[in-house]
Amino acid sequence: MKYESQKVAKLYFIGALTLFLAQVAFGLLGGLLYVAPTALPDFLPFNVVRMIHTNALVVWLLMGFFGATYYLIPEETESELHSVGLAKLQFWVFFIAALVAVVGYLFGNYDGRSYLEQPIYIKVGIVLVALMFLYNISMTVLKGRKTVISNILLLGLWGVAVFFLFAFYLPNNVVLDKMFWWWVVHLWVEGVWELVMASIMAFLMIKMTGVDREVVEKWLYVIVSLTLFTGILGTGHHYYWIGTPGYWQWIGSIFSALEVIPFFAMVLFTFSMVWKGGRDHPNKAAMLWSLGCSVMAFFGAGVWGFLHTLAPVNYYTHGTQITAAHGHLAFYGAYAMINLAMITYAMPLVLGREPYHQRLNMWSFWIITSGVVFMTFALTFAGVVQVHLQRVMGIMTYMEVQDQIGLFYWMRLGAGVFVVLGLVLYLLSMVPPGRAKSA
Amino acid sequence: MSEVLTKAAARNIFFGGTVFFFVVFLALVADSVGTVSKITDKHPITPSVAAGKRIWEKKACFDCHTLMGEGARYAPELKNVWQRFGGDTDAEGARANLKAWFAAQPSHDPARHQMPQFHFSDQELEQIIDFLKWNSEIDTQNWPPHIVG
Repeated sequence: MKYESQKVAKLYFIGALTLFLAQVAFGLLGGLLYVAPTALPDFLPFNVVRMIHTNALVVWLLMGFFGATYYLIPEETESELHSVGLAKLQFWVFFIAALVAVVGYLFGNYDGRSYLEQPIYIKVGIVLVALMFLYNISMTVLKGRKTVISNILLLGLWGVAVFFLFAFYLPNNVVLDKMFWWWVVHLWVEGVWELVMASIMAFLMIKMTGVDREVVEKWLYVIVSLTLFTGILGTGHHYYWIGTPGYWQWIGSIFSALEVIPFFAMVLFTFSMVWKGGRDHPNKAAMLWSLGCSVMAFFGAGVWGFLHTLAPVNYYTHGTQITAAHGHLAFYGAYAMINLAMITYAMPLVLGREPYHQRLNMWSFWIITSGVVFMTFALTFAGVVQVHLQRVMGIMTYMEVQDQIGLFYWMRLGAGVFVVLGLVLYLLSMVPPGRAKSA
Repeated sequence: MSEVLTKAAARNIFFGGTVFFFVVFLALVADSVGTVSKITDKHPITPSVAAGKRIWEKKACFDCHTLMGEGARYAPELKNVWQRFGGDTDAEGARANLKAWFAAQPSHDPARHQMPQFHFSDQELEQIIDFLKWNSEIDTQNWPPHIVG
């Protein structure tokens, strides 16, 4: 760490991890309601539990992206951030807005669509946060060195903000509403978020493997090209059964099937950089998270996405536990893990220390990852049975099918307990031992 | 890779390709918006249907139910709930049964997923049901495969 302003990332990392804990805590409650539907009081129904679970996820991932950006942009641009004060203000506005939203949810104060349940004033607050952030980062990039990493990252982050604006578009026509809801959801997670992820990964590879920037940046262009060439038209795989024209079945099937390629390229990229670099970076845990991220993103977003993306398959699997299985592993592999990799890498540096508690951190890697993988398998099996009974044979109603797959929901809940345990270990591994060394 | 692809070429491919695919996407979406907007010619969105949709959003129904397969998977698909309640053959009966369903929630049956009690007025119930009925009329390429949803 060379620049004083990079330290502001610490605030974001702590905020992100706090919300991650909230996310998995409400995940446990949701998992509990699947096996014991009357376990929670009436004022905490499943829809409220789920919106807190998913919103906390999205907000902590964004907070992690903000922190990662504030950490890496000074090193990329070789200049201090435009304004540390604005970065701190932006954090508190965002964090307090998230808390207000969550408390509001508990009192029935929500309005919108899935993942976008925030009341209108919170949505406006999110736009303000995005503007503060983009202003700060863009000003920093403009005055400093321009690298491919900072350019792609900035493009991704601007995309995040621009596509969020579709959260304000709520037409009365459900089909139109659904079409443009995906402009936020799909063009985020299968579009611009992948640009953010790939840029952070490229930064980590340069720092940890010591491979030449030229090589890494060329890889970055190839990966993000593959991402957007497949991902933009891949939006079509959400336009199969929502009242849209039939041609989307062809376009969506072909292009979304290819969405696996950029994730495979990411695996090739990370592993070949590590081999080529041949350097033994002292932060082994950060290296483990980085390599793990590319592998789990490939399986979660790539393979588990491909599993049900072809229209003739999706006709039967659409909106079943197969979707849930894919969603969990994809978000964890691609976006939770890139954040945990960056936090693991940067936290010792912003604290001015050698990497610490590496062993504990790597244990948390294996426990959380196994937990999410087991959860994914449990949900996949639940989904296969559900699809067969309800969608292929069509002989049982929704609730009758749920009775048949209860065992898998118990397994999912158990896996969730492991994930929470692993996260607690990760948090412990972040607490530095003793006093900071005086610079 | 260093020999076959220069960084400048990679950059041009990225920006050029992205613009190309986004333009194709925009053209297709524009075409679909045209088609989708015409749905309302045959299936007008009455004030009651629109009000029903607002209730759907304000009560976060999608955080348990799916509608055309989208939403949470904790409760049944609602695209064809109108047909499941027999609305196609006995509209009045379906309305009465749906209202009775809302009134009976939550069941507190430990074996069943719980739906909250929303204390809807009769007018609000009519609006939600109108909204669900409107959805049931939309051509979704024969999805879902079976009446069970």
